[in-house]
Amino acid sequence: MPKPTLDRELKKGSAELLILSLVQDRQRHGYEISKLIESRSEGALRFNVASLYPMLYRLEKRGLIQGRWVDKAGQRRRRYYRITATGKKILLAQRSHWQAFVAAINQIAGIENA
Amino acid sequence: MPDSKAPDFKTEVRLRLARLNLEPTREAAIVEEMAQHLEQRYDDLITAGATPAAAREAMLRELSEGSQLEKDLLRVEQQTPLEPALPDSPSLSGILARLSRDFRYALRVLRLNPGFSTIAILSLALGIGANTSIFQLLDAVTLRSLPVKDPDELMLVRVPNAKGRSGVSTGNAPMFSNPIWEQIRDNQQAFSGMATWNSSGFNMANGGRVRGARGLFVNGDFFNTLGVRPLLGRVFSSADDRRGCGLPGAVISYGFWQKEFGGKEAAVGSKLTVEGHPVEVIGITPPGFYGLEVGRSYDVAVPLCSEALVDGEYSILDRRDGWWLATIGRLKPGWSIAKATAQLEAISPAVFSATLPASYQPRQAKQFLAWKMAAQPAGTGLSNLRRAYEDPLWILLAIAGTVLLIACANLANLMFARANAREREIAVRLALGASRMRLMQQLLLESLLLSGVGAIAGILLAQVLTRVLVSFLGTQFGSVSLNLALDWRVLGFTGMVAIMTCLFFGLMPAIKSTATPPIVAMKAGSRGLTAGRERFGIRRILVVVQVAMSMVLLVGAFLFVRSFQNLVNLDAGLRQTGILVSNFDFTQINIPLAERNNFKQGLADRLQALPGVESAAAVQVVPFSGNGWNEDVHFDNAGQDVHEIVNFNRVGPGFFRTMETALVRGRDFGPENTLNSPAVAIVNESFVRKVLKDAEPLGKIFRVEEGAGKPGTPYQIIGMVKDTKYYDMREDFSPIAYLARSQDKKPDGVASVVLRSDLSVESLISSVERTVAEVNPAIGIQFSVFQNQIRDTMQRERLMASLSGFFGLLAGLLSTIGLYGVISYMVARRRNEIGIRMALGADRGRVLALIMREAAILLAIGLAVGTALSLVSTRAAASLLFGLKPRDPLTLALAALALAMVAAGASYLPAFRAARIHPTEALREE
Repeated sequence: MPKPTLDRELKKGSAELLILSLVQDRQRHGYEISKLIESRSEGALRFNVASLYPMLYRLEKRGLIQGRWVDKAGQRRRRYYRITATGKKILLAQRSHWQAFVAAINQIAGIENA
Repeated sequence: MPDSKAPDFKTEVRLRLARLNLEPTREAAIVEEMAQHLEQRYDDLITAGATPAAAREAMLRELSEGSQLEKDLLRVEQQTPLEPALPDSPSLSGILARLSRDFRYALRVLRLNPGFSTIAILSLALGIGANTSIFQLLDAVTLRSLPVKDPDELMLVRVPNAKGRSGVSTGNAPMFSNPIWEQIRDNQQAFSGMATWNSSGFNMANGGRVRGARGLFVNGDFFNTLGVRPLLGRVFSSADDRRGCGLPGAVISYGFWQKEFGGKEAAVGSKLTVEGHPVEVIGITPPGFYGLEVGRSYDVAVPLCSEALVDGEYSILDRRDGWWLATIGRLKPGWSIAKATAQLEAISPAVFSATLPASYQPRQAKQFLAWKMAAQPAGTGLSNLRRAYEDPLWILLAIAGTVLLIACANLANLMFARANAREREIAVRLALGASRMRLMQQLLLESLLLSGVGAIAGILLAQVLTRVLVSFLGTQFGSVSLNLALDWRVLGFTGMVAIMTCLFFGLMPAIKSTATPPIVAMKAGSRGLTAGRERFGIRRILVVVQVAMSMVLLVGAFLFVRSFQNLVNLDAGLRQTGILVSNFDFTQINIPLAERNNFKQGLADRLQALPGVESAAAVQVVPFSGNGWNEDVHFDNAGQDVHEIVNFNRVGPGFFRTMETALVRGRDFGPENTLNSPAVAIVNESFVRKVLKDAEPLGKIFRVEEGAGKPGTPYQIIGMVKDTKYYDMREDFSPIAYLARSQDKKPDGVASVVLRSDLSVESLISSVERTVAEVNPAIGIQFSVFQNQIRDTMQRERLMASLSGFFGLLAGLLSTIGLYGVISYMVARRRNEIGIRMALGADRGRVLALIMREAAILLAIGLAVGTALSLVSTRAAASLLFGLKPRDPLTLALAALALAMVAAGASYLPAFRAARIHPTEALREE
C-alpha cells in the first residue's frame, strides 16, 4: 500500500504535537525523536535535521520542553529533552484539538464511514 | 571495508550558522548536537548498506533541504536579545565581547568568500606594498637620523654664499680646504667637538686589478665627536692629527671586518694595503655606524694627515685651493643654531683671509673673502643620494598612492556589489532590531580585517621591493648601502595607509548598505524594471574618479618614459657601444716625470696593437665618468677680450677616431706635437661659437688663465671636432678644448685608455690585463664599460621611467577592471529593461549603442577630469623631464587615446552580452 507523503504545512502543524507526545513519558535525544517519528509512522513522516532542531529549540524557548546535556560513562555527552509542566498542559490541549480536527475532517470527507 | 569514518559534519553545520552571529557557546552547543545527529544517522545508513558517498550526500541534502535552517534558527534564536551590553551603556567588557564577536564574524564572512577575499587582499598587498616600499626608501634616504649619539646636536658648517671658487675638488662633499678646516677648528666656539672628513676610494690591491674600498679621511676627533665607541681596539684621537703622520693606523667598519676578516678578533693589529702602503688595523666600529653620508657606507678610515702619504705627489692637504673636506660640529649645551651661526659669521673674515689661495685674481679673491659660514642641522647626515632622489621619491610616492586609491575604488565597487548580495541579510538584521551603528561597525571591521591582512602582506612584499629599488640606485662602481630596517615611521606609515584604505573602500558601502530601509531591501530584487539609480550613482562616480586618476598616472608614465627615450636616443656626439675604458695606476712603480708621457703613449700603442682592437687612445678625462676639468679661457677677439669657462680634456692621437667624433676641420694630434713644439689644441663647435664668436678657428690662439699676475699659456687651434657631451646626457653642449697628451708638462701617474673593439668584454679585459702585466705587474687596473658608465648617469631617469611606467600600466589595468565591473553590473541590473526594449523592437545595434553610450559618458567625464588634473599635477615633475614640457599635448593625447581604447574594449564585452539577451528569457526570469 503506497504511503501518503504529508506536505510540509501539515507536518509543521502536527510537529509540535508529535514531539511533545514522544517526550511525554521519558526524556529522549533529538536523533531518537526523529527515528521514532519515522518508524512509528512507518516512514510516512520524516523530519530532517534542518527542520527538527529549530523546532526543538522553539519548543524549548517557549518553555514546553527542557533540554539538558547528559554525560554517560564511556559515551559522548548528549542533549536530552523532557516535557515541562506547561508542555504537558499544552499537549493535552493540542491532543484534544487535533482529535476534534481529525473528527471534523473525517466527517466532511467521510473517510471512515463512507 | 569502505571508509566508515564519518565526514566532518561539524564544519558543515558551522558553515550554515555562520551568518547568524550566535553567541559562541550557543553556537557550539547547536553545532555539537546537530552534528551528532548527522553522524549517527550517517552510521545507520552505512550499516544499512549505503555507500559512504551516498550517505554523505543524503546528510548534506538533509541539512540544506529547503534552506530553512538559517531562517528558522534565526527566528528562534533572535527572540531574546543576545547582546550582553546595551548600546547606550557600553561597559568595557561589553565592547570587548562585541568586538571579538564581530571580529570572528568578519573572519568567517571573509572565509566564506575566498574569491573576494583573495582579490581584495592581493590588490591591497600590492598597493600597500608599493607605497610602503617607496616610503621606506624615502625614510632611509631623507628622514632617518644618523646612527650616532644625539644626532640632533650635530650641525653642518657650510658657506651659503660660496661663490668664485676654483681649484681641485674631490670627494662627495667638497666644501673646505684643509687650511680652512684648521682655521675653523682653532677659532670656533660653538661646538664641543668637530668631525671633518673626506670620502675617497682606496685601492687595497698591490698591483693588478684594482680592489676598491670605500675610504674615509677623518680628523682625530671624528669618532669621539660622533660618540662612536670602538667595538674592538681603539679609534683615532686628536693625538693622531699631526703633520707627517704617515699612516699611523686604520679604523675599519663592522661590515668590512666581517667581509675581509670574517669577524675575527685578530683583525686588530693585522695589516692592510692602502694605495700601496701598509697600514695596521687599530680598531673596529660598531655594526650600525656607516659614516655621515647616507647611501655610502665606509670600509676603511685613516687620519686626514695620512692624505699626504696616500695621495703622494697629488696630495691636496696643504693646497689652499684643494676642496675636499666637509665638517660637522656638535653644539655646546645652551648654544642655538642662530648663536652658532653668528659666531661662525664673526670668525669668517679672519678664517678666509688667512686661507686665500694665492692664484686667485682680484675679482675672485673679493668673492672668496666675502664668504660667510653658517650652521645647519645635520642630524640626518649628508647625502648626494638625497639630493638626487628626494624629489623623484616623493613623486613616486604620490604615484603609488594614486594607484592604491584606484585599487581602493575597485574594492569599494566590489564591496557595493557584495553589499547588494547581502542586502537581505542586512535588512533582516535591521528589522530584527540591530542598530545601524552596530551593523556599520561590523561591516567596517570586515574592511579593516582585509586591509590589515593586506598591510601585513604589503610590508613583507615591500622588503623585497625596496631591495630591488635600492639595486636600481647602484652603479657599476658600487652599490648603495642604506639602513632599511623597519622603524616606527615605516610601520606607522603603513598602518595609516591601511586604515585610510579601509575607510576609502569600506566606509561608503557600509553607510549606503545600512541606509536602505529594510522593507525596501526585502522587496527589491523581487521585481523591478530599471536599476535603482542612487546606489549606482556612487559606482559611476567611482569609475569616473578611477579613469581620471589613471589618466594622470598614464600621462606621468608617458612623460617619464618619453623623457628617458629622449635621453637614450640623444646624439652625444660620440660612440657609446663597444668601448671599454681601462684606467691604469702606475704611481707605485715611480716612473720619473720626464718619462711618463712616453710611458703612457707606449701603453696606448701596445693596447692598440692587440688583436681585435680597432682603435685605442689615451684620455685624461673620460666622458661621463663624473670627473671634469675646467679653466677660464681668454680670447682676444679683435681687441675685445672674451672670457669663458671651458671644459678641458687631454687626449692622445686617435681619440676622436676611437670615439667616432667627427673631426670637422684641421687635423688630429700627432707625433710632431712634443713638449718642445708650440702648445696646440683642438676645440669643439661650441667653443668656436662661444669663445671665437664663429671666427675661423684654425690658427687662432687662446690663453688659459694661470693665477694672479701670471700671463696665460697660449694654445694654437689646429682642429675642430663636433660637439660632444662632457658630464652627462642632460647637459647642453658646452665649449670643450682638447690638449695634446704628449704636451703634458706635469703628467701624473694615472692613465685612462679607451678601446674600441668587437671582442667580448671578458676576452678584451683578459688580454689587456695580460699585456699590462707584461709591462709591469705592479700597475693597478680598473675597467669599465663605457655604455654602462653612460647608463649610470641616467639612473634617475631610468628609475622614474620604469616605475611610473609600471604604475601607469597597473592603474590603467585596475580602472579597466573597474569600468568592466560597473558596466557588467549595470547590464545585469537592467536585464529586464533591455528585454522589454528588445521585445518592443529595439535591435541589437541599439542595445549595444545604449550600453556603449553609458560607458562613453563615464569615460569622457573621466578623461576630461583626468586631463585637467594632469595639467595641474605634472608640473611637479617638470625638473625631472628631458626634451619635453610637462604639458606636452602629444603625451596627453597618447594617454587619453590609450585609456580610451582599453576602456572601450572593457565595456564592449558586457555591451555585446547585453545585445544578445533574448527578450523572452530576460522577461521570464525572476
